[in-house]
Amino acid sequence: MRITWWFRKNLIRVYMVLGFTYLFIPVAYTFAFSFNNGGKSNLVWKGFTLGNWQNPCGAPDVCLALGNSIRVGLISTVAATFLGTLIAFALGRHQFKGRSTTNTLIFLPMATPEVVLGASLLAMFLNLGINPGFWPVVIAHVMFCISFVVVTVKARIASLDPRLEQAAMDLYANEFQTFRKVTLPLVAPGIAGAALLAFSLSFDDFIITNFNSGTLTTFPKFVYVASARGIPPQANVIGSAMFFLALFIVIAGQLVSRRKAR
Amino acid sequence: MAFLHAAGSKVSSLKEKRSLLPYLLLAPGIIWLFTFFVLPIANLARTSTQTPTANGDTGSYEQTFRFANYVDAFLDNKEQFSRSFIYAFLATVLALAIAYPLAYGIAFKSGKYKNLLLVLVVAPFFTSFLLRTIAWKQILGEEGPVIAVLRGIHIIGENTSLTASAFAVVTGMTYNFLPFMTLPLYASLERIDPRTMEAAGDLYANAFTTFRKVTLPLSMPGVVAGTLLTFIPAAGDYVNAAILGNPNTKMLGNVIESRFFKIVDYPTAAALSFTLMAAILILVTIYIRKAGTEELV
Repeated sequence: MRITWWFRKNLIRVYMVLGFTYLFIPVAYTFAFSFNNGGKSNLVWKGFTLGNWQNPCGAPDVCLALGNSIRVGLISTVAATFLGTLIAFALGRHQFKGRSTTNTLIFLPMATPEVVLGASLLAMFLNLGINPGFWPVVIAHVMFCISFVVVTVKARIASLDPRLEQAAMDLYANEFQTFRKVTLPLVAPGIAGAALLAFSLSFDDFIITNFNSGTLTTFPKFVYVASARGIPPQANVIGSAMFFLALFIVIAGQLVSRRKAR
Repeated sequence: MAFLHAAGSKVSSLKEKRSLLPYLLLAPGIIWLFTFFVLPIANLARTSTQTPTANGDTGSYEQTFRFANYVDAFLDNKEQFSRSFIYAFLATVLALAIAYPLAYGIAFKSGKYKNLLLVLVVAPFFTSFLLRTIAWKQILGEEGPVIAVLRGIHIIGENTSLTASAFAVVTGMTYNFLPFMTLPLYASLERIDPRTMEAAGDLYANAFTTFRKVTLPLSMPGVVAGTLLTFIPAAGDYVNAAILGNPNTKMLGNVIESRFFKIVDYPTAAALSFTLMAAILILVTIYIRKAGTEELV
């Protein structure tokens, strides 16, 4: 009786533990097999080693692919965050004609399957005689990241209290000063969040990249190609390191914003 | 009062002077989206009605406005087409069933750990989704632990596999799109005032009735947003089918990909892309109308 009673009371908690376990099983597996002494093919457990972590570039081309992904990610993030933030300010702070058309144009890339985005861009590049490669990938990533930046930053702008800006204007700040000293610092966390989202979308993108990259190898493309014959444990090292790095950035960001709020 | 008037007129004159400002802010990003999203889609529409040139070179096509390309493309790939939508539908329903209690627990039952748990929902997705999909393939695969246990206790036969099957593709998609379901659900559940649920309890509704009559209706915007964000990428996905499936689980995305790269049949790939996009947009529009949350678009 007591056990069933406890179960009913904590049903949702039990469920949450199961849910989180499910979410983390492949992450834990990837992390565990980053220590596998498996050589080139990382299919079965062959013994513990730190060698893969000491030499993450040990497998051929893995760090070349990682470098390309980081370069593409950084350039796309800066461009998409800039372009998207401008649009978000126009939508969040101004009245103008063509508003609903703009909203539709922002929404459509998110509602289009990636395979269509990738295929249509590649078809256009080929028609124009542009070879797929680094810059076509950057162009594509900026394109699909803009919408996500707009949505994120717009939500932050909408949550601001307009009276803060009015107060600044009442204290004789001109519009530019108000923007620089009040609006921008308040929106900054939203912009930072959008940039983080854009980078992770770009870094993890495979489908659109695969269409437009030609001979350029990015990290997801490396993993996909290698998966046919077994991915090297170094790929697990990089995947796990990215996981801990991102987790660290997010938690640090939360702690900083909590301290500021206090 | 005079001061207020003066301030008011100053603001309005500034607004008039800067009526160009919103367009200046929009221009760069909108031009980008127009050039690299709208134009390619228009170009794709053009490609979709082309036919091979007379000299028969691979990959060279001319415009003949052959709309029968669409019929051919659809009839040749009926199976993959329906499979895409069935798999995406199943993955969406499964993801909703898994994510709703999770989002509910984070929103109402986690107290001061709410933010931490929210980070943990997104955290797995910092590991490359390809690595995670391959991890599932190995966990469920022939050399993995799950199959040995299931065979050991005779739940599945010696010749049955978990990977290279429709089951694996659908579960892979469910897993990969789970955060797209969980986050909007959480956002709409978190906005619910707990007092509305207490009020239902005060009016003698039991837990189930409270959920059915109060919590669920109030969380509908999250359900709609989450199902859309899961269904759309799932219907166009080909990576899960490529890694976890077999030749009989190919989806439309796989066909588009191979038409493009392996057969260089651009018109068919274009016609299929367009059909997929149109089908998704029609389904989404009907769904949003039915669910009654038009503010989403």
